[in-house]
Amino acid sequence: MAIKVVSPGLSTTVQDLGRPGYYHIGIPLSGAMDQAALAAANLLVGNDEGAAGLEVVFMGPELEFTAPAIVAVTGGEIPPKVNGLPCETWTSFSVKSGDVLSFDFLKAGARAYIAVAGGIDVPVVLGSRSTYTLGALGGHEGRKLQADDVLPVGTQPSKARAGRSLDQKLRRKSSNPAELRMLPGLYWHRITAEAGKHFLSDTWKVAPEADRIGYRFKGGKPLEFVPRTPPFGAGSDPSNIVDACYPYGSIQVPSGTEPIVLHRDAVSGGGYFMVGAVISADMDLIAQLQPHMPARFVAVDMPTALAARKDMNVHAAAVRAALQS
Amino acid sequence: MKTRYSFGGDEHVFVECDEEMSLQAFFKGLSITNAVRESKIKGVTEICPANASFQIKFDPDLISPDDMMAELKRLEVGASKGVSSIRTRIIEVPVLYNDPWTHETLMRFRERHQDPNSTDIEYAARINNLETVENFIKAHSGSPWFVSMVGFVAGLPFLYQMVERGRQIEAPKYLRPRTDTPKLTVGHGGCFSCIYSVRGAGGYQMFGVTPMPIYDPSQSISYLKDFMIIFKPGDIVKWRPIDRPEYDQIVADVDAGKFVPRIREVNFSLEEFERNIDGYNKKLQETLYGH
Repeated sequence: MAIKVVSPGLSTTVQDLGRPGYYHIGIPLSGAMDQAALAAANLLVGNDEGAAGLEVVFMGPELEFTAPAIVAVTGGEIPPKVNGLPCETWTSFSVKSGDVLSFDFLKAGARAYIAVAGGIDVPVVLGSRSTYTLGALGGHEGRKLQADDVLPVGTQPSKARAGRSLDQKLRRKSSNPAELRMLPGLYWHRITAEAGKHFLSDTWKVAPEADRIGYRFKGGKPLEFVPRTPPFGAGSDPSNIVDACYPYGSIQVPSGTEPIVLHRDAVSGGGYFMVGAVISADMDLIAQLQPHMPARFVAVDMPTALAARKDMNVHAAAVRAALQS
Repeated sequence: MKTRYSFGGDEHVFVECDEEMSLQAFFKGLSITNAVRESKIKGVTEICPANASFQIKFDPDLISPDDMMAELKRLEVGASKGVSSIRTRIIEVPVLYNDPWTHETLMRFRERHQDPNSTDIEYAARINNLETVENFIKAHSGSPWFVSMVGFVAGLPFLYQMVERGRQIEAPKYLRPRTDTPKLTVGHGGCFSCIYSVRGAGGYQMFGVTPMPIYDPSQSISYLKDFMIIFKPGDIVKWRPIDRPEYDQIVADVDAGKFVPRIREVNFSLEEFERNIDGYNKKLQETLYGH
C-alpha cells in the first residue's frame, strides 16, 4: 500500500509527534506544529497518536491511493475531497484503490493533518519519522513532498474504520485575534519597563515569514533597551547575548523590532535576547495562525501556565476516550 | 561570575553561568549539566550545554518547575568545584580562506554589511588591527579553538579562540542577516567562529570554506557513518589553511570515501592552559601532528 503524490501542495511534510533528545547538537524537536490535531487524526483512523501523517500548509496536495485505505483530515479547515466530492473533516472516511484525495481552498487556520490507517511508513531517523527540512533529515528524503513521490503506508491496524468522528465540542478552535500567553523571563530585564508594557499591549500581526522554524510578528512599537556595556563575546547590538540555547516557544526580538516565536524546527541557539516563552498549552495555536492575522502576547505566571497545561491534558484525555472506543 | 536562573515558559529552565563568555563559564555549565545527566532527574528530556549558559527541558507533568529549578540549584552547589579538565579530541579542519563561493555570496549581500567596500575578511583584518589578510589568516589559524557549543542548526560548532582575550578576534554580525550562506562556510560573529553545517541563513562574517563535511544526515560519508555529526562540546579545532588544488583533492577524497580527518585524543586542563597559553597550545599541536 502506498500513496502517490500527484501534486505536492505548498509545503507538505511527513510529521509525527517529534524527535526529542537531540536539541543539544542542534537537531530540533520537529513533529507536527499542531500536535493535538495530528494526534486526533491518528486516533480517528485507529492509529497510535504518534504515527506519522502529513502536515499540509495553506494549500493541500493531491494524493492517489494504490490500495483501499482509511483516512482522516483534522486541524485547520482545508476541506478534503475524494475524486472531487467533499468529505467531512475530523471524521474518518474510506478511499478505494485509485481514488484521489484533493483539497479545497483554506477556510480557517493554516495547517491540516492527514492521517492514514497504518501511518506513513518512512524510515525512522533518530527515533522519529518527522521531516527536518533545514537539516535534510527524516521524513521523505529529508524534504517537503514533490510530485511523483511515493509514500509507503504501514499495516492497517485492526481498529481502523470509516465514520469515526470527533464531537464538535472537542475540536479546538483558534481565536481571532490570537492571544498567546507567555511567561516573561529569560532576558526580559534587557528591555525598559515601558517597552515591556507596550510589548504586551500592542497588537502585532503575523508576518509573511512564518514557518516551522518560527513565527515572526510585526507592527508593534520597537522595544527600548536598558543601557549596558556589551558583555565580552556578545556583540555590539543591544539585542545581542553570548550565543545561548533558545527554548522551544521562546520569543526573541532581534534589534528590538520584530518578535519571533520559535516553533518545532527551531534553531537551537543563537545570539539574540529573548523576552520569555509562549506557554506549552498555546504552542499548537500558533500552528493555525495565518499571515496578517492580529495577535497579542498576554503575560501569565507559572501557576496559570500549569493550569492551562492541565486543561490541555484533560482535553487530550477526553479526545482519546472519545475515539478509542 | 554569577549564575542566573530563569524559566523559559513552563518546560525549560535557562541558566546563565555568566553574562560574558569565558572558558570558566563554559566549564561551570559543563559541570552542572554533567551532574544533571548523572542524577537522572525524572522528567528531564533535553540537557543542552551552551557557551556560557545551559538549558534543561523537562516535562512539567512529571516534575514541577519549582522542583526542577531547586534540583538544579542543589546540583550547582555540588558542582561548584567542578570539572576543569576533560579527556577530549583535537581535530584538524582544513580551510580554503578567501574562497570563490563565500566571495560570491558576500558580494550579493554587500548592502547588509558594515563595510560594503571591502570583503568580510578584509574588514575583520582591519578592525582587529591585523593590517593584511595574510596576517589575519595567520592569527585565525595560528591557535587552536575550543568547541563551546553545538547548535543553531544540526551539528554547527561554535568555536572559542584559545588565546588571551586581548588577542581574540572579534567581529560584529552582519547588520541584517543574509538569507544564504554556503554549506561549510567558516564564519565569525562576536568572539565565536563557526562552521555552517548546512546551507541557509546566517549573520556571521564569512572567511572561507572547509572541504570536510561535518554533518551528513544520510550517514554515507566514511567518518560520519557511526553518527551524523562530528563535533561535541569540548572538542578542540585546529584550522589548517589550504590552497585550491588541495581543497579540490580533499573534496574528491571525501567523495571517494578515502578522506580521514586528522583527530587525536588529548587531555585538556583549564588550569594548565591558563598558566601558559602559548606553551599549552604548542603541546596540543604536537599531539595533533606528532607520532
